[in-house]
Amino acid sequence: MTRPGFAPDRPGFALDRPGSRAPGQEPAAPEPLADDATVDLTAERTGAGVDQTLDSLESDLVGLEPVKTRVREIAALLLVDRVRGRFGLSAGPPSLHMCFTGNPGTGKTTVALRMAELLHRLGYLRRGHVVSVTRDDLVGQYVGHTAPKTRDAINRAMGGVLFIDEAYYLYRAENERDYGQESIEILLQYMENHRADLVVIMAGYADRMETFFASNPGMSSRIAHHLDFPDYSLDELVAIGELMLREQRYRLSAAAGTTFRDYLARRMTQPRFANARSVRNALERARLRHANRLIAGDGAPGKDDLMRLEPADFLASRVFSS
Amino acid sequence: MRITQGTFSYLPDLTDQEIASQLDYALGHGWALSVEFTDDPHPRNNYWDMWGLPMFGLADAAGVLHEINECRQAYPDSYIRVCAYDSRQGRQTVALSFLVNRPAAEPGFRLDRQETTDRRLRFTVHPYALDRPADTRYGPP
Repeated sequence: MTRPGFAPDRPGFALDRPGSRAPGQEPAAPEPLADDATVDLTAERTGAGVDQTLDSLESDLVGLEPVKTRVREIAALLLVDRVRGRFGLSAGPPSLHMCFTGNPGTGKTTVALRMAELLHRLGYLRRGHVVSVTRDDLVGQYVGHTAPKTRDAINRAMGGVLFIDEAYYLYRAENERDYGQESIEILLQYMENHRADLVVIMAGYADRMETFFASNPGMSSRIAHHLDFPDYSLDELVAIGELMLREQRYRLSAAAGTTFRDYLARRMTQPRFANARSVRNALERARLRHANRLIAGDGAPGKDDLMRLEPADFLASRVFSS
Repeated sequence: MRITQGTFSYLPDLTDQEIASQLDYALGHGWALSVEFTDDPHPRNNYWDMWGLPMFGLADAAGVLHEINECRQAYPDSYIRVCAYDSRQGRQTVALSFLVNRPAAEPGFRLDRQETTDRRLRFTVHPYALDRPADTRYGPP
């Protein structure tokens, strides 16, 4: 039943069309550079827009020196890998799965977002989006529910970053029939086989992640980068607060600056202190009191009054009363 | 006989890279992709088996390609197709559908005549593959 002039099974047919290949044939790689050639690394960096991302990481995030160092190292590795590729020295995609540990509010999610952007710019990830999931999104409720759910979440993250918040909840030691284990196994399989398509970043509190890895040694060894997020010092917290205020178009009066610092020093010693998140909450409450003060006042505030936070906005906090 | 169903079916089989490009095109339009398979090649067979659920909210073709490869592994001697569903109001239909796998040997079809009243003839197209039980339709005899 073949029509004249049409032979789909003709050998070499696929090669006749420009830009097509026979099955299994790789696209023609560009000619590797000569052995004695050199590459301008600075130009490479600028070309990829890496500096821009690293600079914004530097300026937008206060403190976190160990994290920034590691991010810079990863950027350097990927850049060098790219240049090596041009000499025909390919080493396969490096494993970039990461684990972020640290106390609440130390910037784990923020860094994960930045990491996705950076990896995208370096050409490691094709899309650079972040799919943020927790146990609920991965683990099913009945037999046979977990695998499709986990696969669905992973497929959505393909080409980007799968960010698993509070990853230790995946494994429940007290219940050995828990479906979390199934989810972990599927995750491991994808982490091994789809390194070029997917970066998995797990985040959680240090001690509980430790227990999680102790019961899942396979997971721990497949994660190349364990990054610990240190707590912020008082100076860094103040800097973070000022950064947040600038973004929200507020400012502290000179007296309020001292009060704010005093407030943070007291808040740090209290239980349930959540670093940058506590700073954000404190500023939210200060904004509330600021608005309340203006309403209760003479009723004719200028632009400066609308932007300026006074000590009274902080002193009303219960941190000062106890 | 080579089955021609869906888009690109008169072209040689697509390579994985070409499939990925097509999937990226579909994802770029916001179409939801699904993988289906069957061993009944009749053109009027609308009810293909689903390989997992349709995949919504994807950003990259790698996930779909993974599912396609899983399906190929499980059913190497089946027809496998990818459907891209356009869920926009006013369209709400399959926007693109193409084969990504076919059995090594495709036996083809025969034409059956049925004589009915008044010397009338009814014709039907019958796939040779259906003469054998399911699961053994495309293997060696």
